[in-house]
Amino acid sequence: MNRQQLLDLYFLEARSKLIDLAAFFDRLDRAEGQADFRLNALTRALDELRRPDAARAEHVLLNLSDPTVEPIPAATTKAACGAWPAKS
Amino acid sequence: MRYIEPHAHMVSRVTDDYQDMVAAGCAAICEPAFWAGFDRSSPAGFYDYFCQLTEHEPRRAAKFGLPHYCWLCINPKESEDVLLATEVIGLIPKFLGRPNVLGIGEIGLNKNSRNELKVLELHVDLAARHNQLILVHTPHLEDKFKGTRLILDVLRSDPRIRPERCIIDHVEEHTIRMVLDAGFWAGMTLYPETKCTGARSVDMIEQYGSDRLWMNSACDWGVSVPLAVPYAALEMRRRGQSPDQVDKMIYQNPLKFLSQSPNFMSHCK
Repeated sequence: MNRQQLLDLYFLEARSKLIDLAAFFDRLDRAEGQADFRLNALTRALDELRRPDAARAEHVLLNLSDPTVEPIPAATTKAACGAWPAKS
Repeated sequence: MRYIEPHAHMVSRVTDDYQDMVAAGCAAICEPAFWAGFDRSSPAGFYDYFCQLTEHEPRRAAKFGLPHYCWLCINPKESEDVLLATEVIGLIPKFLGRPNVLGIGEIGLNKNSRNELKVLELHVDLAARHNQLILVHTPHLEDKFKGTRLILDVLRSDPRIRPERCIIDHVEEHTIRMVLDAGFWAGMTLYPETKCTGARSVDMIEQYGSDRLWMNSACDWGVSVPLAVPYAALEMRRRGQSPDQVDKMIYQNPLKFLSQSPNFMSHCK
């Protein structure tokens, strides 16, 4: 598909997601209390959208990922939260 | 449209889901062993679960004319207790001869711990000794990139393992290349929030081609969509892919990989 066709197909969906993201940041600004590492991680990952190449999704995911290579000593939880705490 | 659902946890779903999937063209369903959402307290709990996967669930699916297959293991989420895992792995060989068992899965890692890695190696050894196909779960979210690399290291370090007989599931844009470059099959899981959307899955098909790649819903007890595969097929059509390309992705590819098990869909070969 060419760019015009992709814009016809996905523009409104992307626009909606962008506004949702903006509203989420606004909601956080209006709220009281401390944020945690997830907010920093999300803010930092936004920078990847300005990359000049067509690898933005890959780099957003990498930005939110644990980059280390050694297994951890023990699993103390089963859950993942979506961002790597040590990077923030 | 016809499709194979290669990864669905139907013990967590209602019978309406079976009916909807068959109505949408599902020709077969494959159920990897999974975490129940709580830790089972003993090997006996897993014995009962393996009976459910090999006896009860195939009968339930058959009521809708749907062939049901399964994969057996102790899921990575319960792999921190190596003693329990070892005992459960010891139960598996007696189930491998059952007619709907396809292999060992979904094994892998969850939090990338040392014990999870030990249990992964035990599972890989089990599969190699019994010449079984392998289905691998890669970790969630921030743990996926590291876990996928660790899993590939384990599989590549065992000379008995043939990549074409292993599928590495839940790939995303940051892990698909390393999986395909190493010669393994890759699975894209279609979830509403985590993992992969239909549109992103079509992006990856366009970028990496459709060889050694499948899509699945991995529907379970969490937020998931049992009809995610046919919905992704519709997305492929919206993006201009032909009916033959769609059929390859959602039917022929899973058929090709799963047919390496003599138990799978013998009437379709």
